Amino acid sequence: MNLRRTRAIFQKEARHIVRDPLSLIMALGLPLVDLLLFGYALDLDVDRIPTLIYDADRSAISRELVQHFQGSRFFEIEGFVDNYAAIEKGIDRNKILMGVAIPRDYSRQIAADGKADVQILVDGSDSNTASIALGYAESTVRNYSFQLRANGQNRHAGFKPDVPVDTELRIWYNATLESKNYIVPGLIAVILMVIAALLTSLTIAREREMGTLEQLLSTPIRPGEIVLGKMLAFFVVGVLDTLISILVGIFVFNVPFRGSILLLSFTGCIFLSCAFFWGILISTLARSQLQAYQLGILSSFLPSMLLSGFIYAIENMPPAIQAVTYLVPARYFAEIIKGIFLKGVGFNVLWPDILFLAVFSSTVFLLATRRMRRKLA
Amino acid sequence: MWGRIGVIVRKEFSQLFRSPRTRTLLFVPPLIQLIVFGYAVNLDVDNVHMGWLDGDQTPASRTLLADFQGSGRFVVVALPRTEADIQKLLDGGGVKCVVRVLPGFARDIQRGRTTAVQVLVDGTNSNTASLVSAYATQIVAAYAGSVASRETLPQVMARSASNQRISLKAPSLNSSTRVWFNPDLKSRNYFVPGVIANIIMVVTVMLTAMAIVREKEIGTLEQLIVTPIRPIELMIGKLLPAALVGLMDVAMISVGAQLIFHVPFRGSAALLFACSALFLLTSLGVGLFVSTIAQTQQQAMMSSTLFAAPTFMLSGFAFPIHNMPVPVQYFTYLNPNRYFVEILRSIFLKGAGINILWPDMAALLVYGLAIMLLSSWRFRKRLD
Repeated sequence: MNLRRTRAIFQKEARHIVRDPLSLIMALGLPLVDLLLFGYALDLDVDRIPTLIYDADRSAISRELVQHFQGSRFFEIEGFVDNYAAIEKGIDRNKILMGVAIPRDYSRQIAADGKADVQILVDGSDSNTASIALGYAESTVRNYSFQLRANGQNRHAGFKPDVPVDTELRIWYNATLESKNYIVPGLIAVILMVIAALLTSLTIAREREMGTLEQLLSTPIRPGEIVLGKMLAFFVVGVLDTLISILVGIFVFNVPFRGSILLLSFTGCIFLSCAFFWGILISTLARSQLQAYQLGILSSFLPSMLLSGFIYAIENMPPAIQAVTYLVPARYFAEIIKGIFLKGVGFNVLWPDILFLAVFSSTVFLLATRRMRRKLA
Repeated sequence: MWGRIGVIVRKEFSQLFRSPRTRTLLFVPPLIQLIVFGYAVNLDVDNVHMGWLDGDQTPASRTLLADFQGSGRFVVVALPRTEADIQKLLDGGGVKCVVRVLPGFARDIQRGRTTAVQVLVDGTNSNTASLVSAYATQIVAAYAGSVASRETLPQVMARSASNQRISLKAPSLNSSTRVWFNPDLKSRNYFVPGVIANIIMVVTVMLTAMAIVREKEIGTLEQLIVTPIRPIELMIGKLLPAALVGLMDVAMISVGAQLIFHVPFRGSAALLFACSALFLLTSLGVGLFVSTIAQTQQQAMMSSTLFAAPTFMLSGFAFPIHNMPVPVQYFTYLNPNRYFVEILRSIFLKGAGINILWPDMAALLVYGLAIMLLSSWRFRKRLD
């Protein structure tokens, strides 16, 4: 490995980057636009569930139950209807997600101390929203039921029982349960991985398609120096992207930052090197730029989006897919960046992730170098 | 004219299918995407890893533990002993929640005092955290309900010993729930149909843009221009193969979704293809547009990603549109993917027909024609 030769490659690549301002602007603009757009728009919090109410009873007693739904911030009552068909139509046309039906004999049952049934209809297509909505609806009914029961027993026996066991919920790290607090840090990992692949996956495939790779290989420059020099040139762009994303996360989205900025920069650099080496490896594998594009997108965007635990919890996946996630560098970085942002944890907790990234990065570097050498022969 | 188009189509096809490697790259990645999406994209929360700290160690607290374990939602993986243990567990991410029963739990229940069960939840992922909180609250509430009916009876009897007739009957409410379209609440059924939209978007935009820009970069586009082929024929010849590959992908993914993931298909296959063709107008148009901007394949790749990422994220595919801020919700009406994802879900899960889907289809047609006209105008201007 010779520093001077590596620098020559670095300068050549840097010149390529500067001479293609359109790509450079996109490389710097992409994370900014995507992070702003997605951080603002993506939201998995479920509230204001559009709901229709069908009150067949129309009594003062049933209205009390309706008021409990109206008073909850989780439901947005879109209106009242007088048959089932209207609820069905609403769900079919995606106007509402939930319908509450109060039966005709509701007030009679309650007055007679009997059991009354409240029907809750949910559009289950989006199962996540549906489960959360069901949870809210059931707990609204349960709480009101307990209140009814306590009042009834009080009337009959002069005794008002308390709730025997109560749940005391404490949410750590993200007390307000805002999804942006975990989506934004995770997005940073995904966006950086994609940018890295976009920037580097064509770099060698292009030289190959143009025929300049042969010229490059006929010089005394060694394969390792080509890979390293190219990586370092793109690294500068990557560091700028990382800085932009972290600043946007902290200052635009107010994601709490509880950990060490130093540790984040350090691990960010390891992750970037990993991502860039990966792109270069892809580039050495592809025969044409089209193939490199396909392989690059397939191996960067999808895995880092889906298999990094960024949104979809890894522990819910089948074991075979879970095993694959260990090969996704974004998985480790998403873990690290969320840990540093939200939990404020340090090296003592994160060292396995950091170690793995470092091992991954050097392995990919060696593989890419070997592929280049094989092309020589 | 059709003869010349046929020549271009044949040339494109032989380039696409020339080597086994390019053939594989056309059909294997969509299949891998389907499998990864289907298995990985899952917002359901089950098998929540939890820690259990029992400060009471009585039959009452153990019953609660059994309720948690028997719910099928929670798996106890750690038994922390101290506050510091809890901190370490949640910091390391080994558990999603810790349930803590305080000393005196059983005693308080017996005396009819309200006692509390502490549930500490890792809120990092707010979605998982809301579900975990809801499940834990439900289990505790069910436990409280059974305690209440068991414990209050003797208490009421004791208090009203002097009264002769007491009624223990009290009104109660029951919520019976009905879930439509996806009764098992499987998120897979929701996500997999949407995969089709994203895969054919990415594949067709890429194929059209790269097919044209590549010829520009290598210099063969000039050679094509000096032949008698007219720009419109060249354009159609480039677009048709991409459209065919796109439709083949639709068929492959739809069949795969049913065979591998047993996603219900309740609608009409003919309608699915008709809607896909409408959607292809847009995605091919975008590919053509990109090809008029980009000079190199690098630029084509960057600009199609710049376009593809927002259309993917804001399609309602993974993130519900009704959760987005209102201005963004209006913005999504400009996104063709939004309509197609909606159509796909309605055809797969609801079996909807043209009478319900026509507004979405009309939107796709309008966008498709608009972008197609714009791009072909630019394309011809560039070539002339």
